[in-house]
Amino acid sequence: MHEYSIIQSLVDSVTSECGGHAAALVLRVHIEIGDLSGVDTDLLTTAFETFREGTCCADAELLIERVSTQWVCPSCDRPIANGAILQCPNCHEPARLTRGDEIILRQIEMEVPDVSGLRMR
Amino acid sequence: MCQDCGCGDPEVVPVKVQQKILARNDRTAAHNREHFLGDGILAVNLMGGPGAGKTAVLEATGHALQNPKKVAAIAGDLATENDANRLIAAGIRSKAITTGQACHLDAELVHRSLHHFDLTGVEYLFIENVGNLVCPAVYDLGQALNVVALSITEGEDKPLKYPTMFAKADLVLLTKADLLPHLPFVDVDKITDALAHVMPNPRVISVSSRTGFGIEAWIRWLATARATALEQFEVYA
Repeated sequence: MHEYSIIQSLVDSVTSECGGHAAALVLRVHIEIGDLSGVDTDLLTTAFETFREGTCCADAELLIERVSTQWVCPSCDRPIANGAILQCPNCHEPARLTRGDEIILRQIEMEVPDVSGLRMR
Repeated sequence: MCQDCGCGDPEVVPVKVQQKILARNDRTAAHNREHFLGDGILAVNLMGGPGAGKTAVLEATGHALQNPKKVAAIAGDLATENDANRLIAAGIRSKAITTGQACHLDAELVHRSLHHFDLTGVEYLFIENVGNLVCPAVYDLGQALNVVALSITEGEDKPLKYPTMFAKADLVLLTKADLLPHLPFVDVDKITDALAHVMPNPRVISVSSRTGFGIEAWIRWLATARATALEQFEVYA
């Protein structure tokens, strides 16, 4: 159940991003989870609902975007199907993972009474 | 902005972050890695399910080495220090990390365990992870290489059931090879075929910790891996 420790890290990151904005109310937290990341999104949602209490995420919605796994040949860029032998049939090179291992905090939407001091990126 | 009248009170602000949720763990892992390679140590994250034979492989490694002082181990366990004690009995200087309820080691746990752990003269540090084929794969500890112990009794399709773990493995140790004559229904080719579907560069060494079969090949693999890792570290340092 490493999903609980991932949510702890997520809440820490969101809290840090909201730093200096005590009045900020986090509305939505957008994350990306790859299919090959080893993270179960249902467990992640359950963990979020447990851990958000008493934090800046208390009323936030967790929006999870799943990222499908993608392997390619590093030599000829030919896609190698997930579930196939992970070696290029032409070049015989071991496949390279280009997508699918993401565990990423993408965006936070928050409501702040005064946006003048917020760091925009 | 308020969507009703545009009065500006309060505003919804999207803040793009785009950072790894485990970034803090990864920073500590990078710090560990620099220490290991800077000190000439190949750190190996040894993972596998409970009972796969991780500790037994390390015991056999300790017995086979001419100089076991070159090897040290950190043994992660939920509740006991049994594994670390077994390794100490095999001549390997070892330290236990008791994780309590945590199903995996993380970089901070490893970092803390390194304090007051004398690694002078050590060339190989094995980090024996908690027995689990899911959670340990998610956390970088600062290792140079991932090795997964898979016993031949675990089922031929195990790699397909735990693709994340095996996709990250640099080597699979197929353990308990001495049992093969007693397992007429186990087809080793099916195991290696399953590995080829989840592991881009499947490297497998069959070993028996009981008879010592394959242990020399494993030790040779480690020596080559250490030389390569240290060479790459020097190039990029």
